[in-house]
Amino acid sequence: MSRQRAVAVVGFAQSPCRPEAGTTSGVETLVPVFQRALAEAGLARREVDFWCSGSCDYLAGRAFSFVNAVDAIGAYPPICESHVEMDAAWACYEAYVKILAGEADTALVYGFGKSSAGELPRVLALQLDPYVTAPLWPDSVSIAALQARLACERGILTERDMAEVAVRSRVDAAANPCAQVAGATTAETLLAAPYVADPLRAHDCAPVSDGAAALVLAASDRARELRDRPAWIAGMAHRIDPQGLGERDLAAVPSARAAAEAAGVAGDLDVAELHAPFTHQELLLRAALGLGDSVRINPSGGALCGNPMFSAGLARIGAAAEQVMSGRAGRAVGHATSGPALQQNLVCVLEAEQ
Amino acid sequence: MDIASAPPLSAPMVIGFDYTRSLGPVLGSFMTGLRERRVLGSRTSDGRIHVPPLEYDPVTHAPVTDLVEVLTTGTVISWTWTHRPLEGQPLAHPFGWALIRLDGADTTLLHAVDAGEPGRMRTGMRVRARWAANPVGHIRDIECFEPAETSPSQASARVAAPAPDAPVTTIVTPILLRYRHTASDQESRYLRALAEGRLLGGRCPACRKVYLPPRVCPADGVPTDEEVVVTDRGTVTTFCVVNVPFAGQRLDPPYVVAQVLLDGADIPLSHLILGCPAGQVRMGMRVAAVWRERAQWSHTPENIAHFAPTGEPDAPCESYADQL
Ligand SMILES: [Zn+2]
Repeated sequence: MSRQRAVAVVGFAQSPCRPEAGTTSGVETLVPVFQRALAEAGLARREVDFWCSGSCDYLAGRAFSFVNAVDAIGAYPPICESHVEMDAAWACYEAYVKILAGEADTALVYGFGKSSAGELPRVLALQLDPYVTAPLWPDSVSIAALQARLACERGILTERDMAEVAVRSRVDAAANPCAQVAGATTAETLLAAPYVADPLRAHDCAPVSDGAAALVLAASDRARELRDRPAWIAGMAHRIDPQGLGERDLAAVPSARAAAEAAGVAGDLDVAELHAPFTHQELLLRAALGLGDSVRINPSGGALCGNPMFSAGLARIGAAAEQVMSGRAGRAVGHATSGPALQQNLVCVLEAEQ
Repeated sequence: MDIASAPPLSAPMVIGFDYTRSLGPVLGSFMTGLRERRVLGSRTSDGRIHVPPLEYDPVTHAPVTDLVEVLTTGTVISWTWTHRPLEGQPLAHPFGWALIRLDGADTTLLHAVDAGEPGRMRTGMRVRARWAANPVGHIRDIECFEPAETSPSQASARVAAPAPDAPVTTIVTPILLRYRHTASDQESRYLRALAEGRLLGGRCPACRKVYLPPRVCPADGVPTDEEVVVTDRGTVTTFCVVNVPFAGQRLDPPYVVAQVLLDGADIPLSHLILGCPAGQVRMGMRVAAVWRERAQWSHTPENIAHFAPTGEPDAPCESYADQL
């Protein structure tokens, strides 16, 4: 049996997170993102062996929206392409497996979404159990609030802890040109605001964002040719909890814990980019992934400062990879979530050396 | 207005449809129970009772066959408050969402609690189901829950079940979503030109092909920003005769839908060919746009009612062979 191939992130780019990004199709938003990601990887468009995207038709209310977006790839003559109806972090997993299997040496993974086209908290109700839950149209913010209260009343976290997550995120986001929300504030200021969905206030919830992101992957020697310091994928895994909200422990996030263990998170980590669309979810994820105080969380500002659906998870892997590629971190974690109240979780461990 | 500098066109869009879902033995029994104002849970191999019921045992993976009735009273395990209910939610006035463990169950059900004000909500509060006036076998047969500071035994009395009926085997859930669709800058220029009776294509800076409508070039991945006016006459590259009637059809079959390669464009557009018998339409036939009355024009391809034969000699096959 041949030695297993190694796969690395060699380029990453994202569009600014905007409350309203114009065109519904996503194609125009993607064009400059592809150009920047490929330029960063030093790869020509025609040298990409495999393209894989994540998006959701319900977001823009357009059937087969990912097919339109393929125009931005330049799909003629025909290319090798795939799509997941999930955050593009899962498209990244598909591309990773494709490269490991030896079917491609390079891949470009992208995600896009115009969350502002519809009423996002209502649209997301359609990902719930279609028999007993979705027909009630519970919105995504209310579902997150049920999880936050469980965690608060169990003594795992407090509303002040949650506000402090928002403060740290906004301060860090000031250095991120793609952030939608940023700036200095204090927990006292944030806690004076009214509840959006008790115990969640506005600062506890990610903004509604439009945007896109792209990540370039390459195998072994190809990665070394393209970059001096690729971000090697040391482990990647995803796990899923039962669909029924009452069937799992919402405050413990078992699927995140299982994914972290399978991906090999344990060890000295410098940075973790966690896809937490709500403040309490960052705290639950830190516990589930076993991240100590020495791990720097979300230096990009995270999803709380810009949460373009279906690319925000991929952008966490990209932001973690950037930390490694730039030399600011030796070992980093990128995490993505999907589904209600952290139902599905993907963990990607990135390292400087292979 | 200057077409080049105007903001992108956008318009509201409503998507509505019914999801009709078949129910298996477990969910069918559960919904049938709701129609009788009873709540059934499923018992799994570990002895736990799940409400809502599970169809498969998460431990043994075997189909669940053991259904047991639980009470319609329960305890709030977690809650939140909705100040402005959204379209489709159980109540139109402010209410609480709660995870409710019904008496006799081991898991929780998500539903609304009509508590009046957030100050009445608390974890551990007792609630009871309020039934819809006419249950049909749907989760919304439980209209919502309401506070009930009573013991389970007192609250267990229920309205007499209606006469037995055929078991519930399907549920219908209406879906209604509202969007604002926004066209790209290039699409907007195309649609605004259309409203003036002009056809505006876009030329790719890389391969020089002209797209109508303008789009990101699928060969080169770049926007086709250079504007090119395309004539409203062209060549039928391929076509089909529609013989099948269907819901919403506007013309009586048979009629022809064709790909028309307009002179000056490198990609055909799809439109109707009328003005001659369907059997006479052929590849290479020269056609011209028949525009509606100017007063009827808006930002839509329907400004062109259809294409009709011009009587010119047919175009040579080489002139459109690339499009086939
Ligand atoms: Zn081109």
